[in-house]
Amino acid sequence: MMLIECPWCGPRNETEYGYGGEAHVAYPADPNALTDNEWAKFLFYRKNPKGLFAERWVHSAGCRRWFNAVRDTVTYEFKAVYKPGEPQPIATTNAPAQGGTK
Amino acid sequence: MAEQVLTDISALRTSPLAHMASAFQQGAVAGKRGVSARELAFTTQLGLRAEPGSEAHAALAAATGVGLPASVGEVAGNAEGTAVLWNGPDEFLVVAPEGTELLDDLVAALGQSAGQVLDLSANRTIIELSGPSARLVLEKGCPADLHPRSFGAGTAITTVLGPVPVLLWKTAEDTFRLLPRASFADYTARWLLDAMTEFASPEVD
Repeated sequence: MMLIECPWCGPRNETEYGYGGEAHVAYPADPNALTDNEWAKFLFYRKNPKGLFAERWVHSAGCRRWFNAVRDTVTYEFKAVYKPGEPQPIATTNAPAQGGTK
Repeated sequence: MAEQVLTDISALRTSPLAHMASAFQQGAVAGKRGVSARELAFTTQLGLRAEPGSEAHAALAAATGVGLPASVGEVAGNAEGTAVLWNGPDEFLVVAPEGTELLDDLVAALGQSAGQVLDLSANRTIIELSGPSARLVLEKGCPADLHPRSFGAGTAITTVLGPVPVLLWKTAEDTFRLLPRASFADYTARWLLDAMTEFASPEVD
């Protein structure tokens, strides 16, 4: 069992959380302008790096809020958690473009 | 044949754990390893949502009479009267004795501001678990840290008991209130009674 720090509730057991995949995948500005290939890449293609990775998590059994986390995919260690809209505290390969914090 | 019109339906009301009352009595354990459970039925429960710092938040805080809790674990007010539990950064639950007339005041206080006031009285029932072994019973299935150093009397958290999402509210040193949704109440009660059984026997060294 692993403790995950919720930005609002503090450390709680991992069973209280749900995983939301890669963070900072920006919604296309004009989805209608995308080709099928580009749309498929937005919907389904995700990075799978070895090492630090920015991810979305939800504290589903607690405050039910979504937040972002930087996790090391090698050790499973959570390096940082941050609320949506806050700047990413540790750089990752899937960092938000142009300082965006979606 | 004259049609009978029932104007007072309170006699028809059944709490989610009314059928467990005798099981609670039989399952109670006395003594220094004692623990017992009972249902606190028909409490008034109101769901509030308002962003902290907004006008709606300030108006609702004034209207509850006890304010709104500011962060995780905090409970505004007290367990015997009106209490407000923290469910999330902008989400709160008012718990008050049966018949408390607070809904209209809160709806009026919110007005047209962004937020929510909702009567959730039938959503959850309350199981009160008390006795020297109450914490040991909960620790069999609750992953949260229930040690008094991190979970003191007068605090409440949202967590799970076994597979059941519950609000867990510690009202006194050996007294916990669990608020499962009504449809999970029967399972939660049976889970607790099963977990309480071992404390009727002497401790095994």
